[in-house]
Amino acid sequence: MIEPIRSQLIAVEVNGERHERDVEVRRLLVHFLRDDLDLTGTHVGCDTGNCGACTVIVDGVAIKSCMMLAVQADGSSIETVEGLAPDGELHPLQQAFSSFHALQCGYCTPGMLMSAKHLLDHNPEPTEAEIRRAIQGNICRCTGYVNIVEAIASAAKGGPT
Amino acid sequence: MSETTVTPDRPITVEETETAPGFIGVNVPRKEDRRLVQGEGVFVDDVKRHGMAYVHFVRSPYAHAAITRIDVSKATALEGVYGTLIGEEVAAETEPFFQIAPPPAGELKDYALAVGKVRHVGEPVVAVAAATRELARDAADLVEVDYEPLEPIVDMERAAEPSAPQLHDEAPANTIWQGNFDYGDYDAALAEADKVVRIKRLHFHRFSSTPLETSGAVVEYNRGTGQWTIHSNNQFPGFAIIMMGPALKVGMDKLRFVSQDIGGGFGSKICTHVQLVALCLLARKLKRAVNWTEWRTDQHTANSHGNERMFLDVEVPVRSDGTMLGFKARMIDDCGAFTRYEPLGCIIWAQVTPGVYRWRNVRVDFTQVCTNKSPCGPNRGYSRMQHLWFTERVIDIVAHELGLDPVEIRKRNYIRADEMPYETPNGCVYDSGDYERCLDEALKLIDYGSIETRRQDAESRGKLLGVGIGSTLDSGTNNFGQSTIVNPELQFSGNNEVASVKLDIFGEIVVTLGTTPQGQSHETTAAQVVADLLNVSPDDVNVRAGHDSYWNSHAGFSGTYASQFAVTGLGAVKGATEMLREQILKIGAGVLGAGSTDEVELAEGTVRRKDNPEAALPFMACGAIVNANNAVLPLELRDLTLNCRYVYVPPHQLPDTERKYGNLTLTYANQIHACIVEVDPETGVYEIVDYGAVDDCGVRINPQIVEGQVQGATAQSIGAATHETFVYDEDGNLLTPNFYDYHVPHALDMPPLKAAYVESPSPFTPLGAKGMGEGGGAGLSAVAAALQDALRNSGKPIVTSSSNPYHRVWELLQNPEESRQLVEVEER
Repeated sequence: MIEPIRSQLIAVEVNGERHERDVEVRRLLVHFLRDDLDLTGTHVGCDTGNCGACTVIVDGVAIKSCMMLAVQADGSSIETVEGLAPDGELHPLQQAFSSFHALQCGYCTPGMLMSAKHLLDHNPEPTEAEIRRAIQGNICRCTGYVNIVEAIASAAKGGPT
Repeated sequence: MSETTVTPDRPITVEETETAPGFIGVNVPRKEDRRLVQGEGVFVDDVKRHGMAYVHFVRSPYAHAAITRIDVSKATALEGVYGTLIGEEVAAETEPFFQIAPPPAGELKDYALAVGKVRHVGEPVVAVAAATRELARDAADLVEVDYEPLEPIVDMERAAEPSAPQLHDEAPANTIWQGNFDYGDYDAALAEADKVVRIKRLHFHRFSSTPLETSGAVVEYNRGTGQWTIHSNNQFPGFAIIMMGPALKVGMDKLRFVSQDIGGGFGSKICTHVQLVALCLLARKLKRAVNWTEWRTDQHTANSHGNERMFLDVEVPVRSDGTMLGFKARMIDDCGAFTRYEPLGCIIWAQVTPGVYRWRNVRVDFTQVCTNKSPCGPNRGYSRMQHLWFTERVIDIVAHELGLDPVEIRKRNYIRADEMPYETPNGCVYDSGDYERCLDEALKLIDYGSIETRRQDAESRGKLLGVGIGSTLDSGTNNFGQSTIVNPELQFSGNNEVASVKLDIFGEIVVTLGTTPQGQSHETTAAQVVADLLNVSPDDVNVRAGHDSYWNSHAGFSGTYASQFAVTGLGAVKGATEMLREQILKIGAGVLGAGSTDEVELAEGTVRRKDNPEAALPFMACGAIVNANNAVLPLELRDLTLNCRYVYVPPHQLPDTERKYGNLTLTYANQIHACIVEVDPETGVYEIVDYGAVDDCGVRINPQIVEGQVQGATAQSIGAATHETFVYDEDGNLLTPNFYDYHVPHALDMPPLKAAYVESPSPFTPLGAKGMGEGGGAGLSAVAAALQDALRNSGKPIVTSSSNPYHRVWELLQNPEESRQLVEVEER
């Protein structure tokens, strides 16, 4: 009987930094980021791909990292919330989320920010409907989305003054 | 979003203390945000320990069954598995959890794991600990448990029938608690009535606010000290410690509770003491730290649901002018398989007995039963939401049946602003409020004046338009003495919260709170209060994030629950800051040679002489002198520590347990919501096309934060009204155990929200503020009323449930008679 491969060496670039790790092939990308790389800003909320708390950007595409295996990300470039303010100066989206009170508990925020960043990277002047569509895969239980939508619209216009 | 901010009639008055620059009432940016937007928050699953084990619970697949055999040998043989815990070990090493209920139900046995029998699907039976999350699941699959299925009870009315099987030997007829509440003179009211409206049955459904972060903990045990350190997201450590200490047979000091950021709670993170005890036992047994992060499915099936309630044989005496004299009803509350925080819900509804109405005669027969479903616990609006939905259904069904205008009947029956403070028939004292004005504002938000035109416009598009109003009272700052009404043997009463404020060696102002916030912005609002009292900026105030019971900064009721921080938490902050302020003034007066503290003031981060502002002692110097150079101080100033701890205690009194009478909470914030729906008569699909929410929580410390709470709470109640429901099949299987089947609102589901504010300061609280955040329940009533209104020419069905998904509306359209049979009017 041939034993299945249980682990595999992968190389990924996360927020510009290269990482090589031997990972269990069934390990989810989100657990790889959180448990192996200690990037705990990316969260797990639902285990089923519904809530978007684990949203990261892989090779320019916003994905739910609980729906991707770490080995599938081999060779890719990943952006997480930790990469949004590399020098400590907040990204316009981060600043807008704070100014508009678009977060309460902050648990959905990293995923919400990454979905919003993906939107603005591809559509710098979204309508309200486009913003709502872009974050419909991100559940927030605290805010009712009102201020999140306003914050993203404001960031698109150059951010709060 | 448009917003109308209503200027209060009365000036906002803050107690006599000076609050010069005025950060209270200003939208100060949140202190919490900088870490949270960078992914630098510390949530419980972010905590790691060397050699930590991951725990997975083996859970019951049956709603009701005897456990006949447990075999963990295959699991423990797996490499990387550290060990297991089963019910027999739990029963040997712990006491059953303390019960709030009086006997006989108070004798029921609730352990951290199932012992001998399972009582709901998802009940933890075995805990498995292994080196990785994945391995723990693998090992759990290898645990063998044999069951002998028993008949399950999923219907609360069936639970109390003599032929029903028993969940707990100690709770005959599956009854946890029963009590009669009789206020005013109901019989006289009935005799006086011109009309009597009777409603056979109303149903408040089961749902939960389902925080995005599930429950969890990292638990460590120190064999040298015998102490557990519990990093968790439990939101009421005071309650958890009271439950866990006796269970684990240790003193409270052996249980150190730590939390920083908590990903939403809404009440559902109060009752995690059960899982925490299992983790404590495992950490001790395995001699290593253990991590448990609940799976979403486990949270839905086995954590803490909001209570489900039936309102039966409702009777409402009404005068011909629409004045309602009160109500009579039989209420059954379903708390699920175990009691945990219950039966406190059996009294907590009585905080708002007449709702916002001047109803003086009330007779309620209240019973709580257990069933083979997930245990219930507090959920945003706990127990009051169910009752307030009932009062709003009553008023709209009466209006509907008697042909009265829903606005007029409300105004006729509302408690009036000039009657405040208002004592309800059961002795609660509503502190302030102007419900009629809030209603007018809500109607303005949805442009109520144009409603008939819009109705015709909708009809021209083949839609049915309806308008609905809902109200809630967000009663806050519990008097725990109400627990003695459910069980006179209990020794709980009053309330308390703690804050410490100090001036440190370099002049830093440092605040420590006893609370466990989950998004309520405590760090920010505490800093605003401190800033005003010390005449500095909130940026100068360091508020420590999180909770640690080692900090000596908590009291018996510490935590974040039940709408109280603005009163208890900020009351403590205010008290401690006033103490610190007095000490700084004394040191300033002493060092600067002033005759008394009246001759000095706080300004620009200094204490200075009023007659000579040049003579100023910076806070840094004060801190340095007291903390590190105190021999320079005159002897009479050496008892000053610049480290002040204050416990806020509200002025509660013991209730009269015989009459079930007394003031059960200190403040009563109120909310009036109004919405407009458009229904497709072919399919029952409807859309909320307009929504207005008016909130009055007294003085708003930070209006933006208040508005955020209003929006979020409203979203939750719209979700609950339209989609969210925990549905069980007849075997007791939960059919909505994850976010696929349990649909919570997404950004595209939310209607446009408009909000307005009225500020009626509380005369009873330190800052004129009232606890708030739980008032969203008005949406459940507003949606129900709007649907009933929309369908008024489609067979005039009655909306009898709080859960109104599209298919339910379709059923009402198809068979209006079914609901019509539940209501009758007796003309006298």
